[in-house]
Amino acid sequence: MSSQNLKKTDMIFGLCHTTDVEHLLPGGVCKTNEEKFVVLEEVIKKDPQDIIDDIIESGLKGRGGAGFPTGLKWKFASLSPEKEKYVICNADEGEPGTFKDRDILLKVPAKVFAGMTMCGYCINAKKGYLYLRGEYKFMLPELRKVLDSFHEVIKKIGYDFHIDILLGSGAYVCGEETALMESMEGHRGEARNKPPYPTVEGFRNKPTVINNVETFVNVTMIQKFGVAEFKKLGTQDSRGSKVFSVSGDTPKPGVYELELGMKLSDFVDEYGDGDTKAVQVGGASGFCVPRKKFNETIIGFEGIPTGGSMMLFNSSRSMYNVLTNYLEFFAEESCGQCTPCRVGCQQLIRGIRAVKCGQKSPDYLDALLKLTASMKLTAKCGLGQSVANSFSSIVSNFTEEMIY
Amino acid sequence: MKENIEILTKKFGRNREALIPILQAIVEKNSYLSEEAMNEVAKQLDISAAQVYGTASFYSFLDTVPRGKNIIRVCKSIIAEMKGKKEIIKTLENVLKIKVGETTPDNMFTLLETNDIGWSDQEPSMLINDQPYTNLTSEKVIRIINEYRK
Ligand SMILES: Cc1cc2nc3c(=O)[nH]c(=O)nc-3n(C[C@H](O)[C@H](O)[C@H](O)COP(=O)(O)O)c2cc1C
Ligand code: SF4
Repeated sequence: MSSQNLKKTDMIFGLCHTTDVEHLLPGGVCKTNEEKFVVLEEVIKKDPQDIIDDIIESGLKGRGGAGFPTGLKWKFASLSPEKEKYVICNADEGEPGTFKDRDILLKVPAKVFAGMTMCGYCINAKKGYLYLRGEYKFMLPELRKVLDSFHEVIKKIGYDFHIDILLGSGAYVCGEETALMESMEGHRGEARNKPPYPTVEGFRNKPTVINNVETFVNVTMIQKFGVAEFKKLGTQDSRGSKVFSVSGDTPKPGVYELELGMKLSDFVDEYGDGDTKAVQVGGASGFCVPRKKFNETIIGFEGIPTGGSMMLFNSSRSMYNVLTNYLEFFAEESCGQCTPCRVGCQQLIRGIRAVKCGQKSPDYLDALLKLTASMKLTAKCGLGQSVANSFSSIVSNFTEEMIY
Repeated sequence: MKENIEILTKKFGRNREALIPILQAIVEKNSYLSEEAMNEVAKQLDISAAQVYGTASFYSFLDTVPRGKNIIRVCKSIIAEMKGKKEIIKTLENVLKIKVGETTPDNMFTLLETNDIGWSDQEPSMLINDQPYTNLTSEKVIRIINEYRK
């Protein structure tokens, strides 16, 4: 059944004939060249503060998961008098069930580079980096080609900005912004204490804006179509559209661009297999929503925010298996720097297994829930802090499955 | 080894930020980081060997134990599990006659499992070196391995 209430949009991937840099794409998707680079060319004539105000006004929030207002982030970095600043695009995309940045980088990479360049212009940075996860190394030759033509173009319009691509090496935690910077500086990907935030002390301890791949594309589209057009999509708290990665028990897994603020029930009507028992929103570090709550759950910053991972599970699936898979993931990917996360992840796995095989009584689940609550409070970075999300939402909604 | 790493330090520089790109380039060529290679990198970047090893050991793609010429990494996410990852592992273990974690005696293949590689819409999936293979079936896996054997 197709939902009437679900609004499909086409901001990120579509509208290619009117976007500025699209014709750079291999395969010549776009035939009309007259409009090429108009956006970038126009943008660098504006006052940087006006552009930033536009982005603040648009209500755009980061698409990497945390949802910090993009315009504010840029404003903080722009205010610093520091001469050396950096722009980083976070293409580490390691969250289980997420693959939308893969499609964005495969299909519209020039829009990402354009957004990074606009950021450079706004905060007065001359250098940008795309941090690409090692698993996506296969894209490198094509990305480099697009980037080369892109560099020629910005040179032609007389603007000075250079982007480099750096590769990750298979570590989920390097998607965390400060761990990513440690990795770029040649160290173990261990998260830093915050504050100071990257806009104050980021890469090489210089003011740095780091945004998700999709966030940069959104900026490009806002500049192209205007704030008003962007604000037509979404809700008060969640402006714009979002690119979702849909996987699991669905007849149509894939990447879909949908308006933010949708009801989960509408989503399930469209993408479920008719027997959806739960949806994990936001990947292993996100929340599990059981069927009885589909109707009341909003996908957006006013409800459950997500970096885009939507994993559907039908009634044939064991939620115990889902949870242990996530916990093993966290235990492996924990950088081991702080005790709550390093020891906590291991204890959660042991504990949940002990309950399942009857070594511990079901009450022990409460002790484990308390442990995740203290991890949320005391872990150093988002990895350890977010283990509680999936743990408590799965354990409390599917308690019987954890015990029997 | 010394000459090879000199080429890399010329390309990437000798400061700390060059370390990971250099290690990545060595792995790309030799499949793993030998003790000799790590010592040489340490010498040329003027940092301790422990620094080099400590950094390398953090990253799952910077292997510090010998690996085969082709490294197979099968995705083990929950979605991959649901879509038949077990079958794929069984097939690979049968055709390669090794278990997960092992390398074939002719040093052609190492079989590993890895966390989500970004293809949950097309599971089961695996990487062979940098190349992703998706929507795997047993037949497809056998065909792919035969291609690499040629
Ligand atoms: C463990 C962990 C992994 C993360 N992985 C990513 C990632 O792969 N991509 C991403 O954009 N943000 C990731 N983030 C969020 C980043 O730290 C950061 O908030 C984000 O890049 C900011 O960009 P945005 O405001 O455009 O979303 C991760 C956070 C944590 C704690
Ligand atoms: S929470 Fe986990 S991943 Fe984050 S710093 Fe602590 S040990 Fe490392």
